Amino acid sequence: MPQIAQLAEFWSSQVFWTLIFFGLTFFVIGRGMVPKVMGTVELRDNQIKDDLAAAQAARDAADQQEEAWRERENENRVAAQSLIADAKAKAAAANEKKLASAQKRLDTKLAEAETEIEAARVSAMAEIEGVAAEATQDIVARLSGEKVDKRTARAAVKKALTNA
Amino acid sequence: MAADQAKVDPMKQFQLEPLFGSENWKELAGFDIAFTNSAMWMAITVVLLWGFVFGGMKRELVPGRWQMAVESFTGFIDDMLEANVGKEGRKYVSYIFSLFMFILFANLLGLMPIGVLGLHPFTFTSHFTVTGVLAVLSFSIVLIVGFWKHGFKFFTLFVPHGTPVPMILPIALIEFFSFLIRPFSLALRLFVAMMAGHVLLKVLSSFVIDGLNAGAMTSIIVAIPSFALMIAISALEILVAGIQAYVFALLTSLYINDAEHLH
Repeated sequence: MPQIAQLAEFWSSQVFWTLIFFGLTFFVIGRGMVPKVMGTVELRDNQIKDDLAAAQAARDAADQQEEAWRERENENRVAAQSLIADAKAKAAAANEKKLASAQKRLDTKLAEAETEIEAARVSAMAEIEGVAAEATQDIVARLSGEKVDKRTARAAVKKALTNA
Repeated sequence: MAADQAKVDPMKQFQLEPLFGSENWKELAGFDIAFTNSAMWMAITVVLLWGFVFGGMKRELVPGRWQMAVESFTGFIDDMLEANVGKEGRKYVSYIFSLFMFILFANLLGLMPIGVLGLHPFTFTSHFTVTGVLAVLSFSIVLIVGFWKHGFKFFTLFVPHGTPVPMILPIALIEFFSFLIRPFSLALRLFVAMMAGHVLLKVLSSFVIDGLNAGAMTSIIVAIPSFALMIAISALEILVAGIQAYVFALLTSLYINDAEHLH
């Protein structure tokens, strides 16, 4: 076994060079380069963490804004609906008033027309009575040769007309 | 005989050889510090590991594949320390990462099939002198951190909570010895696992070569099944390379947890 057979001859060389080269590894690579590599990893981890946090914050802000927008939207809708209801109520009231006034106008017109008709009827009746009395005087004078005065003829006509 | 010449020595792969005429370097207070093939492969490991991690240092916000690979390794070590040590584990990431990647690259490089190019891969983690240094380093960190943070209260590590009073002494002794054995088990586990795998592969390869040389019949009975087994065991060794690096790093982080939190 050369490890033992050459021990006396080479142990110091082995120890020396191991210390030299492991020392180089430790100080140059372990102390010099590894912290930089790990620093890069840490940097990246931090960056990722920050980015995630920023994304989360952005999402929260967006959520908040959406919530605010929804609230505003709801308020607006409610306001719009009350506006519409108001307008509807106002229009209905105006309609009613207009209808009422129209009705009143119609009623008065109707009443006027009725009184006119009544008057016309009365005057027509009077004329008919007059005409009928004259006709009666005429008829009596022609048939019997007797003269009937106007008043008698009129009373007879009135009597006949009311009986008819 | 031809069979003798073709014989494969399964131990030769662990032989240390000074390179570049460095046999007589005695610069460090008279100690021999020859630049061996082992040191050479450590250098290759460091260079490749540096290249690997450097490729992951582009610091892009959206990582490419390479950066992703490097970051998954650092993340893996970070998670392991987070799970085993907790928040305090963060400051050991540099050390555990170096340890894990150094061992992992060494183990994997030793398995590279560059023998077909005439080169000889050398697995320096199959030498207990090397794994021993790493284990002693880990153990020293545990001792230093333990005594730094807890002073002499660190010795309460050897008395688990709820130990009945008469049992305190024997249990403390057992715990103390198991504590002292840690660096040895740490070093030996890696060294043995790596060596065993490589020896097994070499022995099987000698079966293939000798079987082929001995004729058609042995080729079918010995060489081909051995070759199939070699392929399977090579796959297993890649797994072992990762597992042993992981075990070394995991146990070190568990020991550091002891030092940080006692029991």
